[in-house]
Formats: sequence, structure tokens, C-alpha cells
Amino acid sequence: MSYDELCRVEIPKVMEISKVVHEGKNQKSFFFRHYLGCKPGQFVMVWIPGLDEKPMAVSYLSKNEFAFTSNAIGRFTDSLDKLRKGDKVGIRGPYGNCFSTKINACVVGGGVGMASVSTLIDVLTNPVIINGARNKEYLIYLKRYKNKNMLVTTDDGSFGRKGFITDALDELLQNKKNKIKVVYTCGPEIMMKKVFDICQRHKVECEASLERYMACGFGICGKCMINDKILCVDGPIFNSKQLSKLSEFGNTARLKSGKNVTIKEYHAAH
Amino acid sequence: MLFTFKNKMLQTNLCNIRLNNPTILASGILGVTKESVSKVGKNGAGAVTLKSLCHEERTGFSNPTMFGYNSVFMNAVGLPGQGIDNAIKDFQRLDNLGVPVIGSIYGYRIEQFGEVAKKMASLNPSMIEVDISCPHMDYGKPYYADPELTSKITESVKKNSGKIPVSIKLSPNVYDIKEIAHAAEKAGADAITAINAVSGMVIDIDARKPILTNKTGGITGPALKPIAVRCVYEIHETVKIPIIGTGGVTYGKDAIEMVMAGATAVGIGTGIYYRGIGIFKKVCNEMEQWMKKNKVKNLEEIRGCAHQ
Repeated sequence: MSYDELCRVEIPKVMEISKVVHEGKNQKSFFFRHYLGCKPGQFVMVWIPGLDEKPMAVSYLSKNEFAFTSNAIGRFTDSLDKLRKGDKVGIRGPYGNCFSTKINACVVGGGVGMASVSTLIDVLTNPVIINGARNKEYLIYLKRYKNKNMLVTTDDGSFGRKGFITDALDELLQNKKNKIKVVYTCGPEIMMKKVFDICQRHKVECEASLERYMACGFGICGKCMINDKILCVDGPIFNSKQLSKLSEFGNTARLKSGKNVTIKEYHAAH
Repeated sequence: MLFTFKNKMLQTNLCNIRLNNPTILASGILGVTKESVSKVGKNGAGAVTLKSLCHEERTGFSNPTMFGYNSVFMNAVGLPGQGIDNAIKDFQRLDNLGVPVIGSIYGYRIEQFGEVAKKMASLNPSMIEVDISCPHMDYGKPYYADPELTSKITESVKKNSGKIPVSIKLSPNVYDIKEIAHAAEKAGADAITAINAVSGMVIDIDARKPILTNKTGGITGPALKPIAVRCVYEIHETVKIPIIGTGGVTYGKDAIEMVMAGATAVGIGTGIYYRGIGIFKKVCNEMEQWMKKNKVKNLEEIRGCAHQ
């Protein structure tokens, strides 16, 4: 019998923000000089003392530095938005599973969803990137990936190709010369559901990074259940086989109270 | 077979509910959805307690609501829950999930305990557990600290729960837990669940603030176990009804210790944090190993033996 299990520490570690980078409208990356043993697609819990704590995907990762990218859309992220270099937040993690890193990959990021797939892009061999947003102002990482094979779409045509990210993916997969074997995606859940459906139609493997309201991040509070999966430990990344069994994917999600509502109501409430 | 699971050695009778083994998922961990209940059942729990529900929907406190280090785990979630009415629609029934389900309830006022109990009973759980003891409720007089209030709540729930057995979950944050347990038994409780979390606080010295958004919270995990064992021991001296011994049970030896203090069944909650959802099977295997080594044929042989 081993008692090493009792040494587990899951407590926020207060760290200083070393750099803030403006990425797009209301979107900023917060950097920390700290080694984070982390794999593509994992997330950390970010604590603003006295206010709240939320999961954030790790969006930059190197030997001595990491960052997350936040989109200011509510009480917590608005407070994050006001933080500067030298301010402190608490970090715990990394948590969750990670993306596979297969070749002949296409990475589809919708809006700030790009943040969840960026550390994956950094380790993949020549992936095709589809980076889409509502309009030019909301696009992120354009400079970061300017030397990569990246297709940019905006819903209103203010930058790159006009139209939905999903139409661009459909076209890309239709052309078998592109030899895409796997699609990695993160973005609004309705978009990811469409991406998954397109992949199923073209018989291409898909991995999607999902989101649900979360409290602990380590699989005990039960708030982030999606069907029989505990999202924070069984996910947040699910493959085609798993996605096809998740009837709640693209349909329903649980509020902070545990009440089951439609995805639309869920996004309106959070 | 050395480590069989559905083994008679661990079979437990709790208020005439037949449990495959004495491990019960404690309230507050997982237990929010139908599928999570089944999942814990498939992973070997003898019974599963739902996260507590009251008469209304509650969002609870902002995060951080829980964290852990070494043998301490702390939480102050603020009793979030979808409310009993939403839960009735969500669960529909509780007697077909492949594992006995214990419905945990509470209210703000005494009569609400009865109302929620009646609605919970309509889902047909194996047992109703009454949370009079959550140490971080932010309203009114604490029911858990007063024998008279405990007695009134027990009566109110018993009046509304029909034939379904009722367990009263007690708090350790009292001067004398024996008098509370005695009051519950006298008022008709069928069992006692002991104990809930111990009240505490952790301050982050770099942030210069308490970590929990609610500032104070409940301590669970292995640090709680000696307190829980003492409470179970004292309650066993006082009442005849069965006790669900809960608090810090992480290994088979902890469960054996609880039984020796007088517990009929053993709650496991925070243990999942330390050993994963597989903890129920692990604890059962470890209990069986110990029993075989010590030539103990069933738990009845050692129940309350520490009192002799």
C-alpha cells in the first residue's frame, strides 16, 4: 500500500504576470515566467484572489514560459483584461487530457478557440490551419502563424475569405489531394458540432476541445459532466468515437447550479 | 479467486437495504447527474448519495470552491443545485440506476425540509439523507447544533418520506454530538450519517487573502478521519440505529477502523480526489485482504469491537 497519493497538491500558486500581449479585440495573452509541464490542449485554473477562478487553455508554451489567452466577455475576464505586467494571479494545473499529434492534420480554430489549439499547432508537422472569426477585429495569432499554411475566414469578409469556417473546411476535405487525415478543433460548440459532422461525412478523424462549467478541474465536483464523461479529466478533448456517443454535444449543457439547459441558454448564462 | 468483488464477506444490510459492500459515495462529490450516479455504481460503490437538493435552484459560491494539499481538502461550494423540481424532471426515478441511491436534501426552514423530502420520496430513492449540518450555510440559526431543531427536522422529514428510511447527517462542529444523535434517533431517524466537514480556513500568504471565495469552508480528506472516528465511536455509544461513518476514508484500513468504531456503512467522498473513481473497488479489495489475513468472516464480527 502506497501513501504517495496523499501528497497530492492542487492549490493555486500565486505568480506574477511577466508580459501582456494584445491579440485582438478584447483578447489578450498573459505570460508567466514559469515552467509548466504541459501537453497540447491542456488547461490551467486561473484565480483572481477574492473574485473567481476559471479554466483557461494554455496558449503559449516554452521551457521557461507559458501563457493563456483570454477574451473579455464577463465579470471575470473583464477583470483579467485590466491586469498588467507585475500583477499577480493564482495558477493551478495543468489539467485535462491532450490532443494526439498526428501528421496530415488540419487545425480549425473559431475565434478565441484558436488559443486551445495553438500549442498543438506549435508541435504539429506542417498542419493546415483554418483560423476564423466574426470579423477582422476578432482574429488572433495572424502574425504568430504568418509563415504557416493558414487559411483565414471572416463571417463578414472584412479579412481573408468571406464565409463560415465550416464551409472552408468542407471544401478542403472534399479535395482528396489535400490528404487530410485528422481535424483538430476548438471554437463555439455549435461550430465544433458542424466541424464534427463534416468530418464524419468525409470519414476523417476529428478531435474537439469542449467546454463545460467547472469548479475543481480534477474530476470530483461533477459539475462538468457531459453524458457519462467527466469533462475536466476524461476531456476536454474527445475523439470521433467518443463524440459520436455524446448526445449532449452541441445540444445541452449544465449551468453552475447543475440544471440541464440548451447550449444556447448555457452560453447566454455564462 | 483472491480478490472477488461481489463477495458475501462485505455484504451489508443498511436499514434493510442490501448493499454489495459497505462503501457509499458521500454527498457533494459527483452525484449531480443520472449518468454520474451510474458511473460511480459501475465503479463499485455499494450505494451512491446525490449532491444535496433543496426547494430552489442555487448557483452556489464563485470559485475557488475547492482545493487540496497533502491530507487536507477544503471546500465551500455554497450548496449549488438545480433544486428538487428540476431534479424530478432530470432524474424521473432513482430506483433504476443499477445501484441503491440515497437522495440528500435540505431546506432553509423546517417545513421546507418536509416539502423537499416528500418530493424526493416521489423519486423512490433507497434512502433519504438530511443535510442539517453543512457548515457553510449563510442563513439563520444552525440546525445541526441544536437537539430540539434536529428533532423537529427529523419529524418533519419522517412525516413526508413514507416507508423510505431517513438518515440524519450530523456536523462535528458541535460541543456534544451525542445529544444531537440521540435527538435524531428519538424523533424517528432510521440512521445517522457522521460526519460532515469540519469548519476551517486557509489564507494564501502571497495573495494575502483566504483562498476560498467564501473565505471559510469545510475540511475533508484524511485530516478529518480521527475526528470522524471519534464521532462515530461516541454516536455508537449513544444510539442503536445504524451509522454511515464518513470522513477521511481513503484506504481499506480506514473503512475497517470506521466499522470497529461502530459504523454499519462507510462514506467515501474526497477519497476520489486521492485515488480516483476506482477507490470503491480498491477499498473493498483492501478490506477483504485484511479480513482474510485476520480470519474475519464478515463485518458483523468486528462492528463496534473497539468498544469492548
